Amino acid sequence: MALNRKDFLGLYNVSSEEISEILTTAEAMKEIFTRSVKKIPTLRGKTIVNLFFEPSTRTRSSFDLAAKRLSADVMSIAKSSSSVVKGETLLDTARTLEVMGADLVVVRHSVPGAAEFLANNLKAGVLNAGDGPHAHPTQALLDLYTIKEKLGKIEGLKVLLVGDIAHSRVARSNIWGLNKMGAEVRVVGPASLMPRDIEKMGAQVYTDIDEALDGVDVVNILRIQLERQAKGLFPSIREYRQFYGVSEERLNKLENEVLIMHPGPMNRGVEIESSVADSENSVITEQVRNGVAIRMALLYLLAGRKVENEDIN
Amino acid sequence: MKILIKNANIIDPINNLRGKHDLMIVNGKIEKIATEISVEEIIKEEYKIVDLEGKYLLPGLIDMHTHLREPGYEDKETIKSGCEAAAAGGFTTIACMPNTKPVADNAATVEYIKSKAENALVKVIPIGSITKKSEGKELAEIGFLKEAGVRALSDDGYPVMNSEIMRRAMEYSGSFDLPIISHCEDIDLVAEGVMNEGYNSTILGLKGIPAAAEEIMISRDIILAEFTGAQLHIAHISTKRGLDMLAEAKKKGVKVSAETTPHHLVLSDDAVKGYNPDTKVNPPLRSEEDIQALREGIKSGIIEVIATDHAPHTYEDKLGEYNYAAFGISGFETAISLLYSNLIAKDIISFEDLVLLMGKNPARILGLDYPGIKENAIADLIVFDDKNKWKLEKKNMKSKGKNTPFAGQEMQGKVILTIVDGKIVYNDMKGKGELCYG
Repeated sequence: MALNRKDFLGLYNVSSEEISEILTTAEAMKEIFTRSVKKIPTLRGKTIVNLFFEPSTRTRSSFDLAAKRLSADVMSIAKSSSSVVKGETLLDTARTLEVMGADLVVVRHSVPGAAEFLANNLKAGVLNAGDGPHAHPTQALLDLYTIKEKLGKIEGLKVLLVGDIAHSRVARSNIWGLNKMGAEVRVVGPASLMPRDIEKMGAQVYTDIDEALDGVDVVNILRIQLERQAKGLFPSIREYRQFYGVSEERLNKLENEVLIMHPGPMNRGVEIESSVADSENSVITEQVRNGVAIRMALLYLLAGRKVENEDIN
Repeated sequence: MKILIKNANIIDPINNLRGKHDLMIVNGKIEKIATEISVEEIIKEEYKIVDLEGKYLLPGLIDMHTHLREPGYEDKETIKSGCEAAAAGGFTTIACMPNTKPVADNAATVEYIKSKAENALVKVIPIGSITKKSEGKELAEIGFLKEAGVRALSDDGYPVMNSEIMRRAMEYSGSFDLPIISHCEDIDLVAEGVMNEGYNSTILGLKGIPAAAEEIMISRDIILAEFTGAQLHIAHISTKRGLDMLAEAKKKGVKVSAETTPHHLVLSDDAVKGYNPDTKVNPPLRSEEDIQALREGIKSGIIEVIATDHAPHTYEDKLGEYNYAAFGISGFETAISLLYSNLIAKDIISFEDLVLLMGKNPARILGLDYPGIKENAIADLIVFDDKNKWKLEKKNMKSKGKNTPFAGQEMQGKVILTIVDGKIVYNDMKGKGELCYG
């Protein structure tokens, strides 16, 4: 079965059935990892473009590897964000890709809505690999996959997102996805890093991390961007670590064990203590591995439809 | 040009005129109004006879907040093209903000605007800047600006952040009978915001502009207006709390008025979903609750003026990513139809209210005559056809700025005739949208 959509821009407009379909497909994809030849011919003859306007190592290499394992032709275009301050560059880029015959464009951009803009202007499918603080659906899907893999289910679990919720696309996509799959979502962080009306998305808001941690099954720790402190959003790294850092001591006080997640890259010793990051309950490296499976699943499901650009090819 | 208008359904709250009348226009003035003027009374060859059966005839409207972009940004709009769009929208007089390049902070630039506007289709009233280059640092030469013909002062586009400078501007402008039109925005609170801060900015991931950024400055300016006794006009008010402060100040007798825009009365920040850069405007489209408050405000008279804040931009200015797009909506050509279909047709306001909000009140604030429809008055008139259904298409717009979130939308009601100084300057009676020079 293919997903019945041209683009995949976020989890806000995706059904729980579609999410389940992706997670199931990812399981099959992960099986390929165990083979001696980790490659299948599914997307042979398809062209996938990785269009990264924002620096990214992990997501880009994950998409790159996913496409290659499916035997697609992959082009990677990286642009420094400074060269796209004018909109026409993005549109011109879109048109260039159009005539080159891209079947799927994977886009990462610092501005919210950039993926949707490309989707509206391209016949090819567009897969959002992160657009500003708006959405990062593949990260959220790999988080969902990892939770399900480790805990056997998503429904009914209590999941806590910790940190800079205001600027986090991971947080937003996780909230949409977790809610759709029946989990209870909590967010915690300094009030200055909490976006307005976030509770309307279906998240319980906390500013005290110990209170927020009580009774949760999963803790997803977000990276704190150190430059936010210079903008006056929180007073100091020291203070952040003290009041919002996830430490061993803090977790030891809990009655139950919690699954530790982090989308990376981590600021060790700031939002997450090293002993927590490297603990038995941490699935941070497994998240990275599952990311490839999720991206393979999505590329496969999206490229499964007849792409209008096939006529150009 | 001599015109005999037959069967006009006149609405004029200035002269308490309502109902079917005939009207004779000679030498730019309304010569005669009667329930019937027979064709036999005139020499037919000399007159253009216009039958307005079933259509409304209103006094010409004034838009007191517009951007004509000339000099300096002629790629966005020129005085000529802006006036053509204004004529098509039903405005016979427009006031233009000074944020041109150079800024209209000196008599020479004001004279230039006036000279360019001489042959334009509608009347143009220049507004001078409060401070030099609208930088908020030093007062502009307000006396010379007054001599050159400005009717108000504003640093529109930018707030005067320095309270001391604003205080002095209010004190000084009083001697020249010039109102201060304040763009109320605390720029530190706005930071890099691009839309209203609320649930929608959260889910869209766009940086929000809190209502407080506007309200803090409204509050400051009201305090300063009370302190100095100046005449303050708050531009494009958009929040419920701002309105509460305005109402309280008026009750206390502070000389303060305010305007809102058609788009703030019609669209909420829900419209930003989909990231259409044509919804990016400053102040941003606010919440549903704010819209309701603004509608109450124009109904109760707390808000005295509706102005378009016509802000034309080039195609490129509005292309691509939301964050990079320019702020502003090209507003002349949709204003009256939007107000009709959303407010008048729903009995929220009446045609009479419209004439007060977009005619009499702005005229009073700018110190202009506004005689309405009466004998011997200047014939600045518009005709509105409430049955005209039309679709807004960018390619048909007269403004160079096609930046409107209403493109493609079906509209109910349209201005089909605009008469300035007794001359037909815009004629859409036959659906051709003709501009008439000479």
